[in-house]
Amino acid sequence: MIATGISGEGAALMVKAKDVRGRSLWVDAWHRLLRNRAAVVSIVILGVIALMAVFAPFLSQYGYSDTDYGAISCAPSWWNDPGVCNAGGTHWFGTDNVGRDLFVRILYGARVSLSVGLAATLVSLMIGVAYGATAGYVGGRIDAVMMRFVDVLYSLPFIFFVIILMVAFHRNFYLLFVAIGAVEWLTMARIVRGQALSIKEREYIEAARAAGVGTWGIIRRHVIPNLLGPVIVYVTLTIPAVILAESFLSFLGLGIQEPLTSWGVLIADGKEQMESYPWMLIFPCAFMAVTLFCFNFIGDGLRDALDPKDR
Amino acid sequence: MAAPIFEIKDLDVHFATPDGDVHAVKSLNLTVGEAECLGVVGESGSGKSQLFLATMGLLATNGRATGSVRYRGEEMLGQPQRALNRLRGSKITMIFQDPLTSLTPHMTVGAQIMESLRVHQRLPRDEAEKRVLEVLDLVRIPEGRRRMHQYPHELSGGMRQRVMIAMGMVCGPDLLIADEPTTALDVTVQAEILDIMRDLKAELKTSIVLVSHDMGVIAGMADRVAVMRGGEIVEHGPVEDIYYSPRHDYTRMLLDAMPRLDRPDADGDAVAPLDPAAATILDVEDLHVGFPVTEGWSTKTLRAVDGVSFTLREGETLGIVGESGCGKSSLARAVLKLIPNTEGAVVWLGRDLGQVASAELRKLRKDFQIVFQDPLASLDPRMTVGESIAEPLRSLKPHLTRAEVTAQVRKMMDLVGLEPVWINRYPHEFSGGQNQRVGIARAMIVEPKLVICDEAVSALDASIQAQIVDLIRELQSEFNMSLIFISHDLSVVRRIAHRVMVLYLGRVVELADRDTIYADPRHPYTKALISAVPIPDPRLERAKRRVRPTGELPSPLDTRASLIFLKSKAVDDPDAEQYRPKLIEVAPGHLVAEHDAA
Repeated sequence: MIATGISGEGAALMVKAKDVRGRSLWVDAWHRLLRNRAAVVSIVILGVIALMAVFAPFLSQYGYSDTDYGAISCAPSWWNDPGVCNAGGTHWFGTDNVGRDLFVRILYGARVSLSVGLAATLVSLMIGVAYGATAGYVGGRIDAVMMRFVDVLYSLPFIFFVIILMVAFHRNFYLLFVAIGAVEWLTMARIVRGQALSIKEREYIEAARAAGVGTWGIIRRHVIPNLLGPVIVYVTLTIPAVILAESFLSFLGLGIQEPLTSWGVLIADGKEQMESYPWMLIFPCAFMAVTLFCFNFIGDGLRDALDPKDR
Repeated sequence: MAAPIFEIKDLDVHFATPDGDVHAVKSLNLTVGEAECLGVVGESGSGKSQLFLATMGLLATNGRATGSVRYRGEEMLGQPQRALNRLRGSKITMIFQDPLTSLTPHMTVGAQIMESLRVHQRLPRDEAEKRVLEVLDLVRIPEGRRRMHQYPHELSGGMRQRVMIAMGMVCGPDLLIADEPTTALDVTVQAEILDIMRDLKAELKTSIVLVSHDMGVIAGMADRVAVMRGGEIVEHGPVEDIYYSPRHDYTRMLLDAMPRLDRPDADGDAVAPLDPAAATILDVEDLHVGFPVTEGWSTKTLRAVDGVSFTLREGETLGIVGESGCGKSSLARAVLKLIPNTEGAVVWLGRDLGQVASAELRKLRKDFQIVFQDPLASLDPRMTVGESIAEPLRSLKPHLTRAEVTAQVRKMMDLVGLEPVWINRYPHEFSGGQNQRVGIARAMIVEPKLVICDEAVSALDASIQAQIVDLIRELQSEFNMSLIFISHDLSVVRRIAHRVMVLYLGRVVELADRDTIYADPRHPYTKALISAVPIPDPRLERAKRRVRPTGELPSPLDTRASLIFLKSKAVDDPDAEQYRPKLIEVAPGHLVAEHDAA
């Protein structure tokens, strides 16, 4: 009674009541992520920080480069208190050593740090996963060639590489993403390749081949979803590394320039003043720490959400 | 009956899991007498392993046992580690299912056996070594002195299990608890391990608790049998009562589910006869599959499949039987072109698959599919079962719309006995049997002309096994498919195959139709295989005369191995090109490889 005519009756069967729609891993993962309280709170906090960074000009009367020589190194003040700084006016997080409002500068710094952190990580994630999964799954000579290329890039000193880029393309904010992303994906590719090598031997890959799935289909549908666990852990480690790398480049004068700023730069500057004006270190550090916590919680939540066994 | 040496009273085992409390063992009572073998039988999930882990204080950390477990009147439950260690490994020992994972990989076999001697009896080294040699002899490990210095990975599965038993026996225990000791082993090896355990009981008066899912194994060994289900003992009594007059429905069901080699075609097991006009669809000619193996500096070729030829007709089922390492899985994969064959041809409907380009081969895949041994491993853990079943459709029939695919998946799930509303579940939420149904649905959804079942039912409980075999048979008659049914279990093959081919070290040793091969086996290896299958009937099983196989499977890299049944023609050089035994047709359709007269 079954056999040949299945497809004809397809539509009729679909309309039947108590229909359960097929869900994919991603839909399931999203629902599971939303049930993870720590991850949701982290998403909200990160969202608030991001929104504040975007709308920074409207949140304060000060500009990020406005210097006020009457209010140099002012302590945080929350209401108009003429005793604190002679010029008056409130600086919620205080001011830096040329009298710029720290609150505004932290929000502007967030623009740079968050976008560098996310964009560079995303770049490294996409290149690294695609590259590593291909090398690991295809294997053989292609794998050898691809991984030797990675080794060659690894051996280039990072700073040397960045300077070459800067010389070739002139200094440019977007080059930062490229430069950092281009270095971070190497490690990602190695991790992914190792995972792919072991996943390749699993029986369900053979089953997929027997089912007629092509090489790209297998990489996309079977290899990549199954190696996401360690990848996500590595991503949550990459984001802070990228943010710090940016501050290092800026310190060398290769990153962003004054009066623009980033969290890395603010923290480096604050460190100098931390004995006499601790707020210059505490506030940028607090933002950075909260952000990194959030990324870690989201990463944990994602990893759990993507593992169906954890349901 | 004398006072029991081991007494379990009102034992409860609970596990705290994220999904709530699991009551794995429910106020259970059992005793083991002196020099007695107690068989504990039950299907997976019946709590039989947890029961004995609990008595030994080896439960996982989320487990809790209450009640009483006494060894010669001494309470064991809730005792501190130190007190337990005095008994464990010395008076009461336990051996586990998987002999590889139960041995430490970086310690030599001798050192591991000696460990418990040195811990419990503080023997000086040379005396301990002597004792180790004695037990190695006891478990019939040849060349004990050399074996002592080998590492576990250098030994075969059967040898490792012997080492485990040797470890268990070295301190002269009163009680040996064997948890599925032969489940991971081949039938001929299983028969030898059971022989060894039988002798231990007879000679050393060791009491044995044999935990198994296999009614056949229990039949040959146990004096008393307890049947477990859902953490409780549903029936308990002397072995003959259990087998000849079972009182509980569950016991009866377990016995009925066992395929019986001695009783062909009981209750409608007959295989539907083949249409004599059926056309040949698959023709395998002189197939070779080799894998390069590096041994020190030289590279040798491991001949996994060494010149196998057969044909398959439409609607026919060919059973392929052989033990691990005989090349049956490589053969299946070479036929499906999942691995390249080194020589020979696979002709599918007149086309040599070796000549077909890979893109076209992928299109041809809708005609031949495979069902794998391990249902859980062969399903992508991150894909819902619905997606897994739909996968062949999506890649082989890309013109179907999403709705059509879903409709077919539902229909197929219904057909293999899965609720269509389960499409969003993940493999780990299913039992082994259910996952194997998913695997079968995935293979059958494209309505292939040939399905290869590679040990498709071997990992399942007997009752589930019977259901799955029936399902495969039903689907076969529904779709008129041809089947290649690979198994190490002769009794299962008998329920489904038209013809049976016996493989040994990559070569065919015997090929005949199903009744002939069981009624009139000619090759010594076939005879050994058939006699090694345990029969779930205590009297028959104990009276049965075993045809001894030739001991350990020789290394397949040694070319002499292939002539183990024809030693008269062997050249005594491990690398020499050896004589190839010919297949002789002793009766129409009954081929037997040349062999020395026994």
